[in-house]
Amino acid sequence: MTALPQTTARKLGLVIDLDTCVGCQACVTACKGWNDAGIGLSDQDPYGADPSGTFLNRVHSYEVAIPDAPAQVVTFPRSCLHCDNAPCVTVCPTGASYKRAEDGIVLVNEDACIGCGLCAWACPYGAREMDADQGVMKKCTLCVDRIYNETLPEEDREPACVRTCPTNARHFGDLADPDSAVSRLVAERQGYDLMPDMGTKPTNKYLPPRRKGPGDASPLAPLLDIKATGIAGWLDRMLGKL
Amino acid sequence: MHPALSVILFSTLSGLGFGFLAFLGWGALMPSGWAAFFLWALGYGLAVAGLLAATFHLGNPRNALKAFTQWRTSWLSREAWASVATLVILAPVALSDIFALGLPRLIGQIGGALAILTVFTTAMIYTQIRAVPRWHHWLTPVMFLTFALAGGAMLSGRAWAPLLLLALGAVLLALWRVGDGAFARARQTLGTATGLDRLGVPSVLDPAHTAGNYLKREMIFVVGRKHAARLRRIALALASILPALILLLPLGVWGIALAALLHLAGALAARWLFFAEAEHVVGLYYGARG
Repeated sequence: MTALPQTTARKLGLVIDLDTCVGCQACVTACKGWNDAGIGLSDQDPYGADPSGTFLNRVHSYEVAIPDAPAQVVTFPRSCLHCDNAPCVTVCPTGASYKRAEDGIVLVNEDACIGCGLCAWACPYGAREMDADQGVMKKCTLCVDRIYNETLPEEDREPACVRTCPTNARHFGDLADPDSAVSRLVAERQGYDLMPDMGTKPTNKYLPPRRKGPGDASPLAPLLDIKATGIAGWLDRMLGKL
Repeated sequence: MHPALSVILFSTLSGLGFGFLAFLGWGALMPSGWAAFFLWALGYGLAVAGLLAATFHLGNPRNALKAFTQWRTSWLSREAWASVATLVILAPVALSDIFALGLPRLIGQIGGALAILTVFTTAMIYTQIRAVPRWHHWLTPVMFLTFALAGGAMLSGRAWAPLLLLALGAVLLALWRVGDGAFARARQTLGTATGLDRLGVPSVLDPAHTAGNYLKREMIFVVGRKHAARLRRIALALASILPALILLLPLGVWGIALAALLHLAGALAARWLFFAEAEHVVGLYYGARG
């Protein structure tokens, strides 16, 4: 049913630290690899002149102009935020799009999807992409086939993007539990929602980049002011008089 | 938004068809025999052709029947129910007109109301989408309903059809005027989309991917806006002003046919603009409206 659950017992989601993300795209690749093997994420003309494909996670890079400080480059991973008030769920005519009451994960039942694309229109964050080969909607599953998968070693039971992140910029956990590691991170670092005015109440939170303060002077700066001494100094003075 | 031909054809043809079916159901014409057959066939033809065109928009039409299950939450599902209910309930009324069976008109009046309700559900599919500020306004259903009523009144030769057509022109002008400021009023920027407004003013440095993707093709359509101003004048003239003037001339059925053709062309132009000019907030991540 595409009615949203009143409450969810848990709110599983991601906390993404924009301060430590270096934009290496490892999460993009890990996500594509795991989910291509699972639900299938097709590519069109992947090695040709005009490649295109389905991805559940994209990493943008932005330059932020900051008053009285050097501009900062921020790399920005973008994927499904598993919203509490997910507009993509209620618009679905077939019930293919749904939010789980037990953990809050937003999923697509591909067997019921008609590929109308309305859920992708309803999402402000561009979290859903239609697979051109399969004609059904694809989205982040929070690696539901990993996190509960008892055939995997315990350390692998987290989303592929989190598992692979080399800088630990991605954190996975229960945001309904105020004592969870992710909830504490959000509280300590003033984690925030994307486009809160859209009324979607996202579960995933972003941690802001730390302010870098005014730019430090260059370590080479002392070399700019060298006073020649000895013979070199005498030459410098003589040549200066010519 | 990408102006998909199938969706433009669907919403204009079925909008006109359901508008005409409403007037036939309400007994505006009361035709009989072959005349009734052709008029009802025109109404049903437009409505059904539109619905068929819509299925071409689906990536996986095998599951189309499942679209009837979610009427409690989804406007698209409600549209499926309303359209089928209209076509089913009006069928005996059409047969009654053709074969003079004398069925009570009340059934036609209910069916006519359902036809208008169908158009309203179509409009709400777009109106409900907050991520497209231009659509998220009460003028969107007003525009769809005025199109259906003006088109239906025109096809059924109502004397006041020119007035409704001119009202449609006024609605289009209002929709464009309000719509042009809608994105700014939604106050979403790259700063709010990324939350980086708490740090400074962000701009796109590198694209997330060098080639196209579904999001860019479907939701970040830019080419069409170049001719928007000219197309607006064409849509206004063809959908509203010219058919209204032609209906005032003593041309009889041929006047209605000519007015209807012009109106349909104008409706297609207006509906193309409805999609091409609509900006989705996801474009912000890609530097659109930066």
